[in-house]
Amino acid sequence: MSKIVTLEKALENVKDGMTVMIPGFMGVGTPETLVDGLIEKGVKDLFVICSDTARPERGIGKLIVDNRVKKLIASHIGTNKVTGEKMNAGEIDVTLVPQGTLAEKIRAGGAGLGGVLTPTGIGTVVEEGKQRIEVDGKQFLLELPLKADVALIRGSKVDKAGNVWYEGATRNFNPMMATAADIVIVEAEEIVEIGEIDPNNVVTPGIFVDYIVKGEK
Amino acid sequence: MDSREIIARRVAKELNDGDIVNLGIGMPTKVSDFIPDDVEVILQSENGFVYMGPAPQEGQEDDNIVNAGGLPVTVKTGASFFDSAVSFGIIRGGHVDATVLGALQVDEKGNLASWMIPGKMVPGMGGAMDLVVGAKKVIIAMEHTAKGRPKILKECTLPLTAVNEVDLIVTEICVIEVTKEGLVLKEVAEGVTVEDVQEVTEAALIIPENVKTMDIGL
Repeated sequence: MSKIVTLEKALENVKDGMTVMIPGFMGVGTPETLVDGLIEKGVKDLFVICSDTARPERGIGKLIVDNRVKKLIASHIGTNKVTGEKMNAGEIDVTLVPQGTLAEKIRAGGAGLGGVLTPTGIGTVVEEGKQRIEVDGKQFLLELPLKADVALIRGSKVDKAGNVWYEGATRNFNPMMATAADIVIVEAEEIVEIGEIDPNNVVTPGIFVDYIVKGEK
Repeated sequence: MDSREIIARRVAKELNDGDIVNLGIGMPTKVSDFIPDDVEVILQSENGFVYMGPAPQEGQEDDNIVNAGGLPVTVKTGASFFDSAVSFGIIRGGHVDATVLGALQVDEKGNLASWMIPGKMVPGMGGAMDLVVGAKKVIIAMEHTAKGRPKILKECTLPLTAVNEVDLIVTEICVIEVTKEGLVLKEVAEGVTVEDVQEVTEAALIIPENVKTMDIGL
């Protein structure tokens, strides 16, 4: 069965109220076609897990502005003032997580780990409600894994088996998110034949990918 | 010369040949303009690469290569790209020799507040908490006061970024080292006295016998 489907077909998997992971760093590495598709489709009350909410007109920022997000986990929202406004108005429930911790929570979710121990956030508000664990005399916080119903990722080159290669700094949260969701949809800047990406250069193995949608550059 | 350039010039002298360095967004980014030609510093960008180069010439921008502030940059020979887990593994794992960050407040225990003002500004901590905990040396580059009010305090009043992690504070008027005993005034800018610095610093400064004049490489 081919993994290549239309945008509409792929997004049938995203329903109101679902938890959705969306990668990207200030929009770089975010699947814009899939995000636009979500807005077009009218999905709402999403729980979005992402690194940042980019800018109002870009990437995840568009979902915020269009009131599609009810709950958000992110490390940074400062570049999109709409997120802060909606957070202060009580329209979006925002949890801020240190960026490195967020990466590890997602990795743990995808790797079957019960959590990770990190020194980041000790003695700050990040510690509130978390367990402190001492290892070899050093203090760590127990950070629990994150999982999602759907991950919307973006590949620069994707072969027909779903193997993904990422160009430059587009990689960021894509590889971890691809492992941590029940359904993984990849937006491909370019779809190539199997074998065109050297197996040595595959970053996300195709076994993680359920659907491929052709995107734009 | 404006304060920001003085600070950037002085911070640049803290970086050693071969160091892996992460420069924060804003003023810290300016430090790279003043690194001497005979010092090669490997810049890490926490969104996923090392050997970051300067901004490209107009028209040469690559949408896929931006710094942690989202601005177009270049990569130098030797560069590699990686995901955010590896990137923060580099940071948290102690593989970054120095990070240079701005601050809202620093206190005499080396505590840092840099990521939110409750009720006013809540941008999120981004990668700052990991950087401050993980980098071997944490250099704070900031103007000495904010609207005339001290930023170097007895105790931070804003939510902390990290506890007891700051090593050095560089402002336009002085260089302060954070030690177990407290804040040691190491250098003052030309034309600035020790008393001038103490006047705009809430925390008590430890004044060694020999306070040097700040060298900004001119």
